[in-house]
Amino acid sequence: MKRIGVFVCHCGLNIAGSVDIDKIVEEVSKLNHIVYVKNYIFLCSQPGQQMVEDIVKEHNLDGFIVANCSPTLHEKTFRNTAIRAGMNPYFVEVANIREQSSWPHSKEKKKATQKALLIIKATIKKLVKNLDYHSKRVDLTKRALIIGGGIAGIQAALDIADGGYEVVLLDRQQSIGGHMAQISETFPTLDCPQCIMTPKMTEVGNHPKIILRTYSEVEEVTGFIGNFTVKIRKKATSVDWTKCTGCGECIAKCPAKPLSVFDCFLSKGTAMYRDFEQAVPSFPVINRDACLYFQKGVCRICEKVCPIDAIDFEQQDEIVEEQVGAIIIATGYDLMPMSEQGEYGAGKYKDVIDGMQFERLLASTGPYAGDVKRPSDEKVPDSVVFIQCAGSRDPESNYPYCSKVCCMYIAKQALLYKHNVHHGQAYIFYIDIRSTGKGYEEFVQRVQEESGVIYIRGKASKVFKRGDKMVVWGVDTLTGQTVEIETDLVVLASAMIPSSGAFTLASKTRLATDKYGWFSEAHPKLRPVESVTGGYYLAGAAQAPKDIPETVTHASGAASKVLALFSNDFLESDPIIVQVDPEICNRCGYCEAVCAYDAVKLNSKTKIAEVNEVLCEGCGACAATCPSGAISHRNNTRSQIFDMISVATEDYKEITTKFDK
Amino acid sequence: MKINIKNEEIRSERVLRIEEIAGENIFKCYQCGKCSAGCPSADQMDLLPNQVVRNLQIGKVDAVLNSKSIWICASCFMCWTRCPRGVNLTALFEACRQVKLRENIDEVGLKQTIQEAEEMDIPQIAVISVLRKLTS
Repeated sequence: MKRIGVFVCHCGLNIAGSVDIDKIVEEVSKLNHIVYVKNYIFLCSQPGQQMVEDIVKEHNLDGFIVANCSPTLHEKTFRNTAIRAGMNPYFVEVANIREQSSWPHSKEKKKATQKALLIIKATIKKLVKNLDYHSKRVDLTKRALIIGGGIAGIQAALDIADGGYEVVLLDRQQSIGGHMAQISETFPTLDCPQCIMTPKMTEVGNHPKIILRTYSEVEEVTGFIGNFTVKIRKKATSVDWTKCTGCGECIAKCPAKPLSVFDCFLSKGTAMYRDFEQAVPSFPVINRDACLYFQKGVCRICEKVCPIDAIDFEQQDEIVEEQVGAIIIATGYDLMPMSEQGEYGAGKYKDVIDGMQFERLLASTGPYAGDVKRPSDEKVPDSVVFIQCAGSRDPESNYPYCSKVCCMYIAKQALLYKHNVHHGQAYIFYIDIRSTGKGYEEFVQRVQEESGVIYIRGKASKVFKRGDKMVVWGVDTLTGQTVEIETDLVVLASAMIPSSGAFTLASKTRLATDKYGWFSEAHPKLRPVESVTGGYYLAGAAQAPKDIPETVTHASGAASKVLALFSNDFLESDPIIVQVDPEICNRCGYCEAVCAYDAVKLNSKTKIAEVNEVLCEGCGACAATCPSGAISHRNNTRSQIFDMISVATEDYKEITTKFDK
Repeated sequence: MKINIKNEEIRSERVLRIEEIAGENIFKCYQCGKCSAGCPSADQMDLLPNQVVRNLQIGKVDAVLNSKSIWICASCFMCWTRCPRGVNLTALFEACRQVKLRENIDEVGLKQTIQEAEEMDIPQIAVISVLRKLTS
């Protein structure tokens, strides 16, 4: 590189206040390769950028340095300037003289100037050795896979499909719908999911761009952004879905009665089942663990009653492959296991249930068709005690986070219970009431004012049985007295935890999660729907506890990111990544082990490390790890780094040589 | 009833001393009240366990040290076991007793207690528990 320009920014007084700009310009002008030096008050401003562009063209520069703020702020700005000026953008380097010199040395003008000069000199030395790299184009498959068919997955699928691209929607259950389908009514408007969700489910079922794969799980994911290959295990349904009409004869006649998973084990279902009446798809599956034929070799009644011979006892799991360009994780949540709440007798007493079980009791499609009866003896409960923060906000039981939805759904459940059992009394033990959504606080006020629900500020400590009653020990911190309540039914607002399949999925996709298992977003505030790895997006409660409106918003956000990705005809990869010198690589595989992005792999035959240029984020971890020095980071090679160090430590040369002796 | 919350009381020497003896951070407590809900002696107390911590948080050490609660506490550890934030209230109560005892004040009434123990056939372990509250 022969013709380098240096642009020194004043950044108002941020830099010029402590760095002697004139001296910098004077000194830098004397250096080798420097053909032009210019200072300006705000380089990042429109006229500043225009000036740079004009000078690059006029003086035919083949590289330039901007001495200004951190590269995270304006490296991209000036690389774009370079592109406009017709120059390779990777011949632009930033000398950070603000965060690294003028700010920390704001009261030592001489030192700040001296250090700024060294930073610029070191950057020049680096730039001289930069090579001519260009970004690469990679093809893109414009199809999306959505894992999880709850309201998040449904919303994202509809948004992407309406945008014109094909979507594969995967769910491990027989039907899509997820937890929202189990809910009785939704706060704060009290719409039932049958009214607001089933139309969306039907739309998914009929959409020409959506391929529904229920009763299926992800087996393996390979590839990278734009080019994923996903192996999907279609679990054996024992019913030929290509023939089945969903008439339901087989379900009606099935004699095996296992507990219903959809009803949270509060009612008996059948071995031949669909999740619920409005299931999409409507075709049933056989629960082989409960089926009399699979367990005892008898029965086969379903086969006899099926009018079209759709029952297939011989069916095996099948692996299908899908090519997709983007993957949305919408795996949702579960509730913490009841067994973890021993002090509340959870799992021990039938009349201590969790929030989702009470939803089923309230639902018109539930075990008692919407009548609230307690599980032990089917008595209508004269009173119900609700315990909030049962597990949530509790570092001692490993769930220190707030589950976010309980304050609202407990208020709703107390109200619906009063609608059902007019003489009933509801008590709610709470620590704080968090009602921050639109219309939420008004709803809680309505519950308190109209339904006569007693809110008790304090946490319950113990639940035990006395006769046929449950006894709750708690405290009313507002009156400063301990409380004992005899009641018929206790409902725990158990903590939300990541869906039971999330852990396995995270290890199959190598996606990052936090320590509780929620999938990690790329940035907690500014990139909440993208995962850390390119091509993966997050929707709904897979990322953290969310209520329905927030889940839908999040899912639409993820869909819009996918649509933005698909609006490109190809992907461009950043060339400033690592490269392997196959002559030097000693096949140790350390690089593969440290790569967080699955980008470096040993070739299966030669065992020499290979870099996937699209996946590589250029973090440099492998380059630093490589014991033989075979991996180098483009434009940040060892010789460039050492050059920079020797320039930056010029002033200490005497000391270091003495030390060496 | 109004109390004046004062800057100089909030992290006063005596609060810090109680925290130091107990090895506990009183600001971990978010006042859910689960300690009071589970405490077997709470109905005998003039300040509930959560109120003891609250008073320490706002610097009202005298209210705590002059309360009966710290002497009624049976050191059964139920509060600590149940506390969602893992606050060791038992240790805090013990620390309060230590601070009081070091002022050489007998809140227990040792002579009377031993006499009562003889007359009423109180279990030996309960007498020892009372005596323990006099050691520092």
